[in-house]
Amino acid sequence: MSHADPLRLERLAIGELAEVDLTLAPGEILCLSGASGSGKSRLLRAIADLEPHDGEAWLGDRAQSAIPGHAWRRAVMLVPAESHWWAERVGEHFHDPEEADLQALGFERDVLDWSVARLSSGEKQRLALLRAVSREPAALLLDEPTANLDDATAHQVEAWLVARIREHGLPVVWVAHDIAQIRRVADRHCRIKGGTLETEKEGAWT
Amino acid sequence: MDVIALSWWQLAAAALLVIALAGCTAWARLGMSQNLLVAAARTVIQLALVGLVLEALFAAAELYWVALMAFAMLLIAGREVMARQKRRLLGGWAFGIGTLSMFLSSFTVAVLTLTLIIGPEPWYRPQYAIPLLGMMLGNTMTGVALALDRLTDTAWRQRGVIENRLMLGQRWQEAIGDIRREAMRSGLMPVINAMAAAGVVSLPGMMTGQILAGSPPALAVKYQILIMFTITLGTGFGTLAAVAAGSRRLFDSRERLRLDRLSAPG
Repeated sequence: MSHADPLRLERLAIGELAEVDLTLAPGEILCLSGASGSGKSRLLRAIADLEPHDGEAWLGDRAQSAIPGHAWRRAVMLVPAESHWWAERVGEHFHDPEEADLQALGFERDVLDWSVARLSSGEKQRLALLRAVSREPAALLLDEPTANLDDATAHQVEAWLVARIREHGLPVVWVAHDIAQIRRVADRHCRIKGGTLETEKEGAWT
Repeated sequence: MDVIALSWWQLAAAALLVIALAGCTAWARLGMSQNLLVAAARTVIQLALVGLVLEALFAAAELYWVALMAFAMLLIAGREVMARQKRRLLGGWAFGIGTLSMFLSSFTVAVLTLTLIIGPEPWYRPQYAIPLLGMMLGNTMTGVALALDRLTDTAWRQRGVIENRLMLGQRWQEAIGDIRREAMRSGLMPVINAMAAAGVVSLPGMMTGQILAGSPPALAVKYQILIMFTITLGTGFGTLAAVAAGSRRLFDSRERLRLDRLSAPG
């Protein structure tokens, strides 16, 4: 898997949202905000190719339409706002996660033996992030990754995410509402307004 | 040994008892008498008609008449499979997948059984071909309908899980694997149960009929075993084909889950 590829959207359009042209450099975090129902999640689903859409997306020199769906999603990984778990135990959903990552997110190794049924929504959210990151994608699409977390945990998770993103040089689209969080993590901030994607002025949010 | 002939007045005596039963439920205000009488009347009419058709078919014994009858049975079974699904695939796929998988499995197994195992002269002799196919289609229909219904309904209810697995980069076959297994299981459970209980809990209808018609029990048992196996083969391969094609149709060429290809329940 070649890391450190840019993610480029070329006239990508889905639903009410007008065509989006964007280039995300390796390691760049683009925060995306907008009213609920404005199409943020659907844009992420289009980038991950989970819904039929117009336009094209590129990861480095690989076009979305030129490689099989699962291979694209394996590289451009979407972490949804609500995670789903299909097996009985937490560990069955992971390919051998790093000890350091588990600890950074506030878990001991025994979490892998836990039954999925006993996880709280916050635990599910943190584990879902680790589940995705431990598969070593080449780009990340995060849909409100800290929505169910208290402030202290949100900071902790945020710092861990940013460190992993910089380390692996992942281009990231990060849907967020909290302007303080956007100030902390974003290299760029876009807002969906009236069906178009507008880049916020640098001074307005840094 | 000859079969004791049944005449219409003897059936009328049995019918009188059914009417008496309906009278009893009406008198006790159990509210089932009308359903009972309508169903009894349907039995008489439908079976009498099929008797006429079979008489004509046996007299003609031509391949094209047998084939025509077989296809009529297949289409009715295909319609029934479609009607039994809560969320069916749109655009004719529910009917198409159900009918095609029943055709592939039932017809192949029936023809193989007739030509290689039973071997009547000619091989399509309607006395053998039609009852064999009828029993296979009836059971295959149940299996295919149960499996497709379970497949589409579970996929709809667990769409979050399927999509989350896709997001993690799994292939569509892997993302729907558990649901496919469940669908296969519900399609095959009835025949597996029937085989397990045969002769111990229930005396199968065909064997009972053959014994009543004067066959030695040992021969009736052999035929029953053959029928059970052919039913299992028909149901198994039919369900396999239907689940494979149905689950493929739930995803498009980009391996996206396409629940918009399912109808709303109604």
